[in-house]
Amino acid sequence: MKKVFGRPQSLKDSTFHYCPGCGHSITHRLIAEVIDELGARGTSIGVPPAGCAVLAYNYFDIDMIEAPHGRGPALATGLKRMLPDRLVFSYQGDGDLAAIGTSESFHAANRGENITIIFINNAVYGMTGGQMAPTSILGQKTTTSPSGRNTRLDGSPIRISEILGMLDGAVYVERCTVNSPANILKTKRCIRKAFDYQLAGAGFTMVEVLSPCPTNWKMTPVEACRWIDEVMSRTFPPGLIKDSGSPKGRGEA
Amino acid sequence: MKNKVLLQGNKVIGEAAVLAGCRFYAGYPITPQNELPEYMAERLRGVEGGVFIQSESEIAAINMVAGASAAGARAMTSSSGPGIDLKQEGISSMAACELPGVIVNMMRGGPGLGNIRPSQGDYFQATRGGGHGDYRTPVLAPATCQEMADLTVDAFDLADRYRTPVMILADGMMGQMMEPVVFREPAPRDYSDDFKMTGAGSGRSKIIRGLILDALAMEEHNWKLVRKYQAIADREVRYEAYRVDGAELILVAYGTAARIAKGAIHRLDSLGIRVGLFRPISLWPFPMAELRRLSESVREFFVFEMSAGQMVEDVRLALQGFARIGFHGRPGGVVPTPAELANVIYRYCRDREASIGKS
Repeated sequence: MKKVFGRPQSLKDSTFHYCPGCGHSITHRLIAEVIDELGARGTSIGVPPAGCAVLAYNYFDIDMIEAPHGRGPALATGLKRMLPDRLVFSYQGDGDLAAIGTSESFHAANRGENITIIFINNAVYGMTGGQMAPTSILGQKTTTSPSGRNTRLDGSPIRISEILGMLDGAVYVERCTVNSPANILKTKRCIRKAFDYQLAGAGFTMVEVLSPCPTNWKMTPVEACRWIDEVMSRTFPPGLIKDSGSPKGRGEA
Repeated sequence: MKNKVLLQGNKVIGEAAVLAGCRFYAGYPITPQNELPEYMAERLRGVEGGVFIQSESEIAAINMVAGASAAGARAMTSSSGPGIDLKQEGISSMAACELPGVIVNMMRGGPGLGNIRPSQGDYFQATRGGGHGDYRTPVLAPATCQEMADLTVDAFDLADRYRTPVMILADGMMGQMMEPVVFREPAPRDYSDDFKMTGAGSGRSKIIRGLILDALAMEEHNWKLVRKYQAIADREVRYEAYRVDGAELILVAYGTAARIAKGAIHRLDSLGIRVGLFRPISLWPFPMAELRRLSESVREFFVFEMSAGQMVEDVRLALQGFARIGFHGRPGGVVPTPAELANVIYRYCRDREASIGKS
């Protein structure tokens, strides 16, 4: 009989600590499934961030090395330059990528580092208890924007994927979400494409995942999924941001 | 005889690093160490597997070094004061994750942006860890270009043997000056590299991390680091004792200040004052016992630094009140002459004799 569902080999046999309805566990699984499909469990190295996903190495059954907050792309750069045939990805949240680590992410993209960033955008600092993130949307109430995010005081939400997509070194950037089965499958295809590009030596790739955070949004998981469609997607429209193609053989770097 | 070459200090470190097997360098421009990244950019081009990256910041540079180190490469970064500040996050992280790596600080005047003149004001930062948390960083302080070559090899060996970031602490004078150097053959590696992260292969996956949420487990990790630092303190003390036998006063100075001290010692000798020099080469571990032993025969010590007084605190700790300690320092990037130091010590000795005569 054909096995149609099981734990990916690239995931450990452990229970996620993430809150019910959180997008991290879904995205972890998608990454693991793609690594399995590529037969890359033994040749992948992941760089988890500071934030809720800091414990990602408890779940992925691949080599993983922690980076200081925001520095994942710099650390991944060092790894990848010394091990150019490995699949190297950095897993980062919105604070990690779009606030404290903007510089490292921007310049890794600009150098066209042949790495992939999986960017989890949940519009809030999750692990520290729901503070305003660089991607919190206008009017969003958080513990540090109690009257709602205000452009004049807090600036506007940063569409970091669009910004990085403008850089010549970025070859593939797409925004997706994991709030429905269809969108989950689509996100998996995006991760697969990004990893395929990296393995072809194409350059910098990034997949942004709009990810529900029911706990800090103070919603039920179903409400959180709906909020992504009805509210968050208006600021962060899912879809392809950049695709320069993956010419095989261009990856001489 | 081996080939002797005339080379600038910054470049000496670069050449010695490559000969020691350094294959990854990342750094950001800052004076007075720019010749080092420039040398590495050119030199690593010609080495198989050599990687040079001009990073967007010193923060990025140290994290790139951490990544390359985790991949198993001998890796180095360099900077000067303000840039070393930025690297502290990464140094603390590497200490926690037990990743080897070499960090060079060509000290300049501070605090803040200060200036680009030679200084020794970063002693506290270098020897006290610099970043947050319970950790130590071995610190080697060369005083000649030859020693820059030798200690660079030592720094990589220490880093690998103890799996810890190691700092080479020199200053703008050391970085800019030229001296003849003989590069020695590096010894074969005698340490395990099983921490390397290259992908799990068909085996168990590895984790490199510094985050340990359980307090008791974190404490256990801290004690493990402490045992490592104790082993370093027991085995890796380096110092030079120069003309200390029969000396009536012992100067304590390191790096450029020790060179000035030697000049002053010769001047004082012609005035009939016998002064010796104790030169710590490892600033951490500081040669506490070795200095203390000298106080059994000498009662007068005098610390000289190109700072407002930092190493003098370690000298006080070492001598534990058993000897008198004088101090002369010039902060801000001022490089005193041997004549100035000789004058200061001459007056110090004369005043001391007068006060002893009075009592």
